[in-house]
Amino acid sequence: MRGIGKSFPGVRALSDVSLTLSAGEVLVLVGENGAGKSTLMKILAGALQADEGEIFIEGRPVRIATPQEAQHLGIGMIYQEFTLVPQLPAPANIALGVEPTRAGLIETGAVRARAERALGELGLEIPLDVPVSHLSIGQQQLVEIAKVLARSARIIVMDEPTAALSDREIERLFEIVRRLRAGGAGIIYISHRMEELSRIADRITVMRDGKVVETRNAAEFSADEIIRAMVGRRLDAHFPELAKPAPDAPIRLDVRGLTRAPAVHDVSFSVRSGEIVALAGLIGAGRTEIVRAIAGADPRDGGDVRIDGAALPAGDIGGAIAAGVAFITEDRKAQGLVLGMTVRENVTLAHLADFVDRDLLIDAARERAATEKMIGELRIRTPGTEQLARNLSGGTQQKVVLAKWLLGNARVFLFDEPTRGIDVGAKAEIYKIMLELAQRGAAIVMVSSDLPEALGMAHRILVVRGGRIAAEFARADATPDKVIAVATGAAA
Amino acid sequence: MNQENRLAYWLRIAAAAAFVIVLVAVVDVASRGSFLEPSNIVRVLRQITYNCVLGVGQTFVIITGGIDLSVGSLVALTGVVAALFANAVHLSGFPLIAATLIVALGVGSIAGWINALPVVRLNLPPFITTLAMLEMALGASFILAHGRPVALSSPDFQNTGIGSFLGGVTSALHLPSLPVPVIWMVVVILVASVLLTRTRFGRYVFAIGGNEEAARLAGINVARVKTAVYVISGACAAIVGFLYMALFSSGSPQTGTGDELLESIAAVVVGGTSLTGGRGSVIGTFFGALLIGVLYNAMNLLNVDSYLQKVLLGAVILFAVVLDELRKRYLSRQ
Repeated sequence: MRGIGKSFPGVRALSDVSLTLSAGEVLVLVGENGAGKSTLMKILAGALQADEGEIFIEGRPVRIATPQEAQHLGIGMIYQEFTLVPQLPAPANIALGVEPTRAGLIETGAVRARAERALGELGLEIPLDVPVSHLSIGQQQLVEIAKVLARSARIIVMDEPTAALSDREIERLFEIVRRLRAGGAGIIYISHRMEELSRIADRITVMRDGKVVETRNAAEFSADEIIRAMVGRRLDAHFPELAKPAPDAPIRLDVRGLTRAPAVHDVSFSVRSGEIVALAGLIGAGRTEIVRAIAGADPRDGGDVRIDGAALPAGDIGGAIAAGVAFITEDRKAQGLVLGMTVRENVTLAHLADFVDRDLLIDAARERAATEKMIGELRIRTPGTEQLARNLSGGTQQKVVLAKWLLGNARVFLFDEPTRGIDVGAKAEIYKIMLELAQRGAAIVMVSSDLPEALGMAHRILVVRGGRIAAEFARADATPDKVIAVATGAAA
Repeated sequence: MNQENRLAYWLRIAAAAAFVIVLVAVVDVASRGSFLEPSNIVRVLRQITYNCVLGVGQTFVIITGGIDLSVGSLVALTGVVAALFANAVHLSGFPLIAATLIVALGVGSIAGWINALPVVRLNLPPFITTLAMLEMALGASFILAHGRPVALSSPDFQNTGIGSFLGGVTSALHLPSLPVPVIWMVVVILVASVLLTRTRFGRYVFAIGGNEEAARLAGINVARVKTAVYVISGACAAIVGFLYMALFSSGSPQTGTGDELLESIAAVVVGGTSLTGGRGSVIGTFFGALLIGVLYNAMNLLNVDSYLQKVLLGAVILFAVVLDELRKRYLSRQ
C-alpha cells in the first residue's frame, strides 16, 4: 500500500500511509484508538475506498472496490465483530457465498468436506453439526479463520483477534498464526496488547493520527519505544487552562462498589464540584459501561451512586435526569439524536415538560427562543432551529446533544467520548464548554480514548482495565507512557 | 420547518393538488357533472369516515415504528359488545348512547393494552401480537354474537348512525345534510392532530419512532408511550365499531373484517406516514383516505368493473408511495 489517504467529513483519517507485507511474515500494527489502523485495513479489504494512494499485490497495481474483489485477490479479513450467521453450523458458515453447487443445488457433502479440510489445516476439531452460536467465542473465531482460509486467502488481516479469548485459546491462535506464516501467507495483526507483540511479530508498524510513525523489526523495538512512538509528543497547547477545584469543594458524585456484570466490577470513585475526572483505558475496558450504569441507562448489579449525598435509584434514567445527571452518549447518531427531528425538537426532548403551558400544549415559541439562546451560546452552526439534525456536521450535532443537556440544571455531566470524530475547532469549543460547566460547580466524568485529551482536560485520570479501576493519576503525575502501560497491562 | 422542508412540503401539496384537480376534472366531465355535486361529495366523506378513523389510530402506531393488524377484528368485537350492552341495560336516549360508547371504548382500549403488553415487556414484534389479537377478537365476537348479528332493540342510535348534523341549518341553506359520522371523523381528526403535533405525548411518539434509544436516554418512558399508541388505535377501532353498530342497527361479528384493515393502512401510507417510523401526520392520513375514497367513487360513477377497481386501486397506492420515495431522494440529493 502506497501513499494511502482517506478523509471523513471533518476528519482526516489517513494521510500518506505506506505499508509493505512480505509472504511468510507477521506484521503487527499498533496504535492508539483512532490512529487509523481499522480504517486502513477496511480499505485493504474493500469495505472503504481510499481517497488517494495505490495498492499493489505481488507487484501488480489493484483496485479494490468491494469486499468481493478483495476476496478474489486473496485478501481475508477477520473483523473484531464476527461475520458468522449464528443459526448456521460451521460448514455452512465457512462456505457462505461460495457454496459448491450442482444443478443449482448445494452439495452438502462438498461443503462439509471443505470445512473439514480447512479446519484440518489448522489442526482443529470443532463440532460441525451445531449452530455456531452454540460454540464458544474462541471456537467461533477459529471458524472465522477457517472461513478466510477456505477462500484461499494469501493476505490475512486479524483485527484484535485475542480480545475475547482465554489464555489457552490465545496459545492456540498463535500456533495457527505461526502455521499460516510457515505456509507462506502474509499476516497483518492488529493488537493493543504489548505482551503479545514480541511473541508473534516479525515486524511492528506504529500508527498515530492517521500516519505511519515507525516500522522496525520486532527484535529491535522495545515496549518502551513502541509506547513512546504511539503517544508521540503531542501534549500540546490546544487545551485550555484548568482551574483547580477548591480543596474543600463538596463531593458531587460518589460511586461506591458499582458492579454491572460482566463489564464492571466494584468500581468506586468520587468527583468534587468543579472537578473533571477522566476515565482512560482501551476500548472494551468497561468505561462506557461504568457511565451507563451511573446514568441509569443500564441496570446495576450492585453498588451505590450518590449525587450530593442523595442515593440515585438504579436503572432509572428519568430519576437520574431529575437528580441532575446529564449523560452525553458516545454515539450521537445511534443514541444522542433523533436525526429526523429538528434542532429545536432535539434540544428540548429531555426537558419538554418545561415548555408545556397550562393548556397541556407545547409552546413552540418558547421552545424556539430557548433553542436560539443555545444556538448563540454554544455557537451551533445551523441555519436555524428548524433544521433537521440529520443535515448537520458531526461537531455541530455533538453541540446539539450538549445543548439538550445544558437546558436543564444538571450538576453531574457524564461525557462518553465527547470529541470523537469531530474537527479540531469544534473540539476546542466543546472543551471550553466543559470548563465553564466545571467552573459553575458541575462534576464532570469524561470517558476518553484520546490520551492527550484525557491528560489535558482532567484534574484526575482513572485508568480502567478489565472493568476495574487499575490506577489513578493526578494531573501532574500522569504521563502518556504511564497511562498506556497500565491500560495495556504492561504495568500494574 | 427549514427552507428545504418547506419547499418539499409545498412541492408535495402542489403535486397532490394538481393530481386531484386533473382527476376531478376528467371524472366530472366523464360523469356529466354528477361527480362534483354536493351530495356526491358528502357521500364520499361518509364512505371514507370508517377507514379514516381507523387510519388515524393506526397513524400513531406506525409513527412509533409498529403496526396494528387487529383493528378490523376490534371493530367487530366492540360493535358486538356494544350492541349486547345496549340491549341489556335499561337506559334510553342520550344516557344509553353515552354508556354504550364508553363500553365500546373500554373494550377497544383494553384490547389495545393487551396488544402492547408483549411488545413493551418482551420486545416482541407487534406484527405478531396484533395478528394474534386479530384472531382472538374475531373469534370472541362470533362467540358473543352466536354467529349472527345482534340486532339493537332500541331505536335511539338511529341519529348517530344515519342522521344528519344540524339538519335544519343545512337544509335552510340548500346544502346537502352532513351525516353525523362525518362529524365524528372531523372531531377525531382534530383531537388526534392536536395530540400528535402539540403535546409532549405526540412529540415522544415521533422521538420513539425516530430513535428509540435516544428517546429512552432522554428520560422518556418508552413503554408507557408505546402502550398508549396501541390503546389509541384500539379506541379508534371502538369508535368505528360503535358507528357501524349505529348505522346497521346491529352489532355484527363480520363488520370491519373485510378490506378495512388493509385500506386503513393504505390510507396511512399514501398519506405520507413512514412505515419505518418517525414521520407522518393525521392530516396526511385523512388525505390518503380521501384519495382512496375519491378513486372508488369516481370508478363507480364511470361504471368501472368492480374487479378492475381493485387492480387500479393497488396501482394508485404503489404509484403514490413510489412517487413519494423518488421525491425524497431528489430532495436529499440537493
